[in-house]
Amino acid sequence: MDTARPGLVEPKPEPPSWTLRVRQQIERRLPMDHLLPDRQPYYVGSWVYVFGVVTIAALGWVVVSGVVLAFMGPQWWHDSSLGRFVNSIHFWSVQAFFIFMVLHLWGQYFMAGWRQGRASTWLIGVVIFGVSILTAFTGYLSQQNFDGQYIAINAKDAMNAAGAGAFFNVLNFGQMYGLHVMLLPIGVIFLVAWHIVMVRMRGVVKPIDAEGATR
Amino acid sequence: MDSPATYLHWGFILISTPNLLVIGGMLVLFAIALVAPFPHGGKDEDGHG
Amino acid sequence: MKSMQTQEEYYSGVRMVRYDLVKELVLAVAGVGILVLGLSVVLSSPDVPPATIATWALSDPVDFQTTATNELAGTTTSAAYGNPYNTNGPGQSWGPIAPQKWFGTRIPIDSANTFVIQPLQRAATGNTDLLAQLDVWQKASPDQQGKWTAAYTKALTTATVKDGQVTVADGDYGPLPVMMTNLLGLAQTGGLDGLLQVNGRFYQTDYTPSLVFMGDGAYLPGLAAQANLTGNQWGMMNETGRYPGQTWLWLYTMWYQVPPFNSPTGFLGISSANADLGIIILMTLLTVALALVPFIPVLRDIPRWIPIHRLVWRAYYSPKVRS
Repeated sequence: MDTARPGLVEPKPEPPSWTLRVRQQIERRLPMDHLLPDRQPYYVGSWVYVFGVVTIAALGWVVVSGVVLAFMGPQWWHDSSLGRFVNSIHFWSVQAFFIFMVLHLWGQYFMAGWRQGRASTWLIGVVIFGVSILTAFTGYLSQQNFDGQYIAINAKDAMNAAGAGAFFNVLNFGQMYGLHVMLLPIGVIFLVAWHIVMVRMRGVVKPIDAEGATR
Repeated sequence: MDSPATYLHWGFILISTPNLLVIGGMLVLFAIALVAPFPHGGKDEDGHG
Repeated sequence: MKSMQTQEEYYSGVRMVRYDLVKELVLAVAGVGILVLGLSVVLSSPDVPPATIATWALSDPVDFQTTATNELAGTTTSAAYGNPYNTNGPGQSWGPIAPQKWFGTRIPIDSANTFVIQPLQRAATGNTDLLAQLDVWQKASPDQQGKWTAAYTKALTTATVKDGQVTVADGDYGPLPVMMTNLLGLAQTGGLDGLLQVNGRFYQTDYTPSLVFMGDGAYLPGLAAQANLTGNQWGMMNETGRYPGQTWLWLYTMWYQVPPFNSPTGFLGISSANADLGIIILMTLLTVALALVPFIPVLRDIPRWIPIHRLVWRAYYSPKVRS
């Protein structure tokens, strides 16, 4: 009973709101100024740090060119010079994606970027690498040209030896194409988003031997 | 670009010139990234540049 | 747990400077775009047209007929493959590890029927000679069939080709000359591409029969070898023409070039006969190891021992040195 204002009845306590709890968890783990900080520790001052964002940029070009190719259908780029040009963008942005991803891997390895609670960020990165290889593989198999033909004929033996060939038939264009244009890109994009969120949640790792140091 | 690539053969290694350029280029790019000066941003919270 | 430490706690005492992540991303997209568009304009991308059964039958009719005869004889790669195509072979195994066998015959291919008999039966409408010869073949004993295929295969090694037609020396080959001549003719017109791809349906997107058949011959693999695409030429890494290939597969393809994977006798049960299985197991282990680097001694300590990080963080280690 509120003695200052007699007669006012205090409301009954509300049952906890799940929505509120989720929002509070997100705000605690990844507040907006951690998701989009305009400051970084002073030691983030090397071009090696740039390889990650350049990889994301390359992935953007891969996806955009891939969407155009998917919209126009798998035959288009063989018959149209504009189609061939869009395919070239897709081809070279894939090259750029892998080049910068591996440079990013080298950088993170030699910086031991997994330290101080960041092992799961590293692990997701390795998974992205593996899923990207699989995505590229299904892409090469979807080319419908000589290269794709021979890759299929040659790769089937490794898939079959592993038992995977019974479910993942590299000679089945429909299956490989569906994996390549939909399922695997969704996987890569989801994993990359998760990877970025984890980097932003924990912040950039400190230099080696800086544990506890506050320079 | 559709004519056959040149292949280099050292021992058990057999690599095409374009692939060698890509790998060599990556090593050079990594080395440059390590040593090239990085433009320092604007002022920090204390006003130091 | 360190991961639950807030960023404010983690960076306590660390000097923070302005850093524009969004601008960096926009510049990266623009920079990569200029690079990629430039390469596309100047170099385009590879697109070597696919081989077909028709081009195979026209370019190398002897190899075509040899392959087709071997399909009937059961001596091709696909005929004796094992699962998932059939149970005519054991597949690859390493001791008790034999995943090729575990999932059954999920993509059934009966080489003799799929590649030779059924297409000929479909194409034999109105061709009484071919129908009669097919009948002779079907009614013959396996022993008799084996004699014919052995004799015809041997005769093909000295065959002559004129105007795309194959001529062999006289001999007892049973119905094979009629069957093979018809199959060759069918293939050269593109009819066999059609029959194997469509296989009685209208719509389809699965090229398994055509590709397996072409892989059984020497023509398509021969073209691949010229382009350095085969397994023991580091082929997994390579692209047609002068384009870069899949350089990220270097470690995967490297193992095929070294013992025991390229050796017939091998080591510890791994040889060229089960190289695919051995390498898949090895690369799975190495990939898991890469994922678990943070927890593996020595691997996780190399960055401390090889101090490349001192270049990356030179502002931290030598604070007086300003670029």
